[in-house]
Amino acid sequence: MKTTIWGCRGSLPSPGLEKILFGGNTSCIQVQHKDTCIILDGGSGIQRLGDSIDPKQLKINILLTHLHLDHIMGLGYFKPFYNPECTINIWGPSGSSKSLVKRLRRYFSPPFFPVRLNELPAKVNITEINNSSFMINEVRVKSEYICHPGPTVGYRLETDGSTIAFLPDHEPALGSSHFPDLPDWSSGYNIAKDADLLFHDAQYDNNEYNNRIGWGHSSIADAIKFGELTNVKKMVLVHHDPANSDAQLKKMFKKSLEHKTINFELEMGRENAVFQVS
Amino acid sequence: MSSKEIEVILSRQWADCLSVPVFIVDTGGNLIFYNEPAEELLGMRYDTTGAMPVSDWSTMFRPEDDKGVALPPENLPLVKTLSTQMPAHGEFWINNLRGSVYKISVTSFPIMGRPKRFIGAIAIFWKILEK
Repeated sequence: MKTTIWGCRGSLPSPGLEKILFGGNTSCIQVQHKDTCIILDGGSGIQRLGDSIDPKQLKINILLTHLHLDHIMGLGYFKPFYNPECTINIWGPSGSSKSLVKRLRRYFSPPFFPVRLNELPAKVNITEINNSSFMINEVRVKSEYICHPGPTVGYRLETDGSTIAFLPDHEPALGSSHFPDLPDWSSGYNIAKDADLLFHDAQYDNNEYNNRIGWGHSSIADAIKFGELTNVKKMVLVHHDPANSDAQLKKMFKKSLEHKTINFELEMGRENAVFQVS
Repeated sequence: MSSKEIEVILSRQWADCLSVPVFIVDTGGNLIFYNEPAEELLGMRYDTTGAMPVSDWSTMFRPEDDKGVALPPENLPLVKTLSTQMPAHGEFWINNLRGSVYKISVTSFPIMGRPKRFIGAIAIFWKILEK
């Protein structure tokens, strides 16, 4: 599975010269496995992906973790939606009352967006999921509700012998009384367990996190603990706070690694980074 | 090993923060968590007992009505909630494992996750009398 980061900023797109290394676009990751194109989240990063996607790719699959704006705001600007030959399958979490279609229509309607969902030229199929398991061609997808405000799922993508896990908005420390000691009582464990590559929320440093407990995001230190708990091979930290510049992110990352021995590969996510998992 | 549903994980976290006794059971009736106040009332420790099947926890405290008649498991609020997926309430006597006898008031309710998934049940209880 070839995996490309098109956006790994959290909360709000934040372009600027001081953020050019890690990028300012919000959540969007492309996973390409043979002819299967899976897009994880439709944040502002999906706009650039739409410009560069293979025009022969007429079937596209979008997995939405949740409907917070930074994870869907790019959908209306994704070119394949305006190609009548394209079929776009969207999966997203069930809520308690309103359907996924109704909730997506809130975004695809005035005053937020001029084009309505049913006016998009592409054929759009929308499927609600919860703790689910399903196939997209050869890729097995597992979803599970995780600790984040509002209906939110994490995704696990498996092909023969390789696994990618995606938990861009996740606060496992809140969902466990003894984090990170009890795997069976830890949010997201089933999604990330033994993954070859895990994309995980790491929005804050410890000081920032202490003032934002319950907001649904992790500190870098907690993300690392979660990676150790789940025995991942490689972890990419995403959902960078929009207020943090490249220099600040580098400093936070360096500080988080001080006096630590980590038994897996770890790096900060940056736009345009490509990972081959096989 | 696999982890429990997020609704159950967060229920435990919530129960852990409370000063009233709380029981959490899965859909099969297995007692998967009880908090410190429940430990004090029941006279046992979660760290020691771990999870317990419904056949154990529904009988080990010898629940009785006001006349001293033993209550069958199906008459306990939490067992009712498991079978009906509806809230239930009741008052009865228990014998805790340290030999104390209490009358408790129990309210139970189902854990219904999104979208209307029955995941387990919670019972909150209060000591209202002591013999």
